[in-house]
Amino acid sequence: MTSETGSRDERASGASRRSFLKSAAGVGVTMLAPGVVLYAAAPPAVAQRAGRPADSKIRWGLLVDLNKCPPGCDLCVTACADENGLHRPGAHESQWIRKVNVHDPKTDVRREVPVMCQHCAMPACVDVCPTGASFKRADGIVLVDRHICIGCRYCMMACPYQARSFVHEPQENQRPEVPRGVGTAEACSLCVHRIDAGRMPACVEACAARAGGAMVFGDLNDPSSAIAKAIGTHRATTIRADLGLDPAVHYLSL
Amino acid sequence: MPRAHYREIEADSGFVTLMLLFGLALAGGLLSSLYMRHYGHVVSGMGNQIVWGIPHVFAFFLIVSASGALNVASMASVFGRTTYKPLARLSGLLAIALLAGGLSILVLDLGRPERLTVAMTNFNFKSIFSWNINFYVGFLAIVAVYLFLQMARGLDRYVGIAGLVAFLWRLALTTATGSVLGFLAARQAYDAAIMAPLFIAMSLALGQAVFLVVVMAVCAGTGRPLDHALLHRMARLLAILLTATLYFAVVQHITNLYSPKRLAVERFLLVDGGIYTALLWIGYVGIGSLLPIGLGLCPAAGRSRPMILAAAVLAIIGGLCHLYVIIVGGQAFPLLLFPGMEVSSSFGDGMIGSYRPSLPELVLVAGGMSLTMLLTMFGMRLLPFVPMSFVDEATGAPAHAVTGEQAAGR
Ligand code: SF4
Repeated sequence: MTSETGSRDERASGASRRSFLKSAAGVGVTMLAPGVVLYAAAPPAVAQRAGRPADSKIRWGLLVDLNKCPPGCDLCVTACADENGLHRPGAHESQWIRKVNVHDPKTDVRREVPVMCQHCAMPACVDVCPTGASFKRADGIVLVDRHICIGCRYCMMACPYQARSFVHEPQENQRPEVPRGVGTAEACSLCVHRIDAGRMPACVEACAARAGGAMVFGDLNDPSSAIAKAIGTHRATTIRADLGLDPAVHYLSL
Repeated sequence: MPRAHYREIEADSGFVTLMLLFGLALAGGLLSSLYMRHYGHVVSGMGNQIVWGIPHVFAFFLIVSASGALNVASMASVFGRTTYKPLARLSGLLAIALLAGGLSILVLDLGRPERLTVAMTNFNFKSIFSWNINFYVGFLAIVAVYLFLQMARGLDRYVGIAGLVAFLWRLALTTATGSVLGFLAARQAYDAAIMAPLFIAMSLALGQAVFLVVVMAVCAGTGRPLDHALLHRMARLLAILLTATLYFAVVQHITNLYSPKRLAVERFLLVDGGIYTALLWIGYVGIGSLLPIGLGLCPAAGRSRPMILAAAVLAIIGGLCHLYVIIVGGQAFPLLLFPGMEVSSSFGDGMIGSYRPSLPELVLVAGGMSLTMLLTMFGMRLLPFVPMSFVDEATGAPAHAVTGEQAAGR
């Protein structure tokens, strides 16, 4: 079993909640609004005990503050591509994260929304997958087990976020931590290999280090976590909340 | 009680030529699958927006037709219409062959067709797709038993119960097939419970149409009689089933028009969807429904075999158009991530997806259809599926028989 696909719940999970908080507090700190602080990416790896199974008490999630996501910036997208060995956008290329330009014709407000796998609590892709290749780890990360994916693409039909891609060509020079297989489905793994090593997802880290620090990563189940507090205080929203899938990716100012 | 007399078909030169042709096409389909497996689906017209294309249109077509092809057998053994009985065996054989053809396309199109065993051994109980795999395997087994009971001497008394099981099973099968799309909450074009009855009606109609074409071709090709009254009755039944399908399609679209989140996709499909709108109105409604319904119900057309054949062929063309609009058109319309907003991205957001079937996909489709034809012909050659004469086994009255030439409409 590869580090990407993992042997389900036995997989080593990310750093413990506390160590994450510690690291986050130690590094990137972002002012959301007066008096509200978001703890953003924490580049230095947190000491992580290897071999620990994914913890069902944790639910990893993301918060994206669109006010801090400037037009034209695609650092998160390129960081994802570099981290996961993806190629630049093309008709048949995978896109694990993309920026969607959203224009409200009534107010003329424009936003650029980074959209990736939303790591739903009730993922449609997992429900429909005939072989169980689409699965949700104990800590809420939705993954594809490339060893049993048959490439039927039913998960792509089912995902409301168009978050899944199909590997249309044989892959060369892959990143060892992120093996990809032709003829199988794939999507944002929340950089599970980094999480398991006590690090942040690549997009979060890149955004904090080189852009506005619009992304926060953390444990949604921990009421004291920065992400949970910010979501609660600012009433963050999710995309297509009406579908009831309970995504782990939240947005501010959507 | 007099029985209809059946015999294997002859392996004349026409038979051998057809077998060779279909064999070649099947080999082409297998090669095409290998080609896609080797180079990846980049050589197909499908992409990350339109993930199911022409192979799925034909696979769905063959699978739903498989269920409908059993109409004739059900009429004989479930609804007691004994005049249909002479054709019941062929109906069962065709049902098996159609399902096998449809499944072969689905499997050969997989990104990893070699992992078929994985699909058979890893079962996700929540997935309607998994359930379908069981329904298909079960259908093959049940129809095989049903055929055996029909053909074995002295087991007639079990045919009724086997027929009933097969009938109920095929209703479940088409419900599940329709639900493959109907359970997709993400897609405004599908997500509706009416997909199940729509697919049931569609399967009954398309299976009936395919059966009519096959039975006319077989009888004409082998010079066997075909009872015209029965043929006419089947054509009328086809018209009724097509009307039922059209009814469900109309209800589906009208319901969607009342749902604000589905208005945009309905507008796309019904008004400004280009090829999809044309296929829907001209292909499905006009050519595939109104015309064959008219032909099937018109007494004058009912006397003419070419007209009956035309009705069946048009229904098949219309059914394919309908499935294309449902499956491909439903994906071409972009997903609604941000209702009420104008969206764009490098990943097709907010854009109508483009799809052009590629040669490997078309060859794959031809291969699957050829498998159906090969299995049907092989079955008819091997075992006595086709009647030599038409006898109503209930009354013992010989039905009005015609020669092969007449059957061909000559
Ligand atoms: S493509 Fe793979 S992961 Fe997606 S539904 Fe099919 S088997 Fe499951």
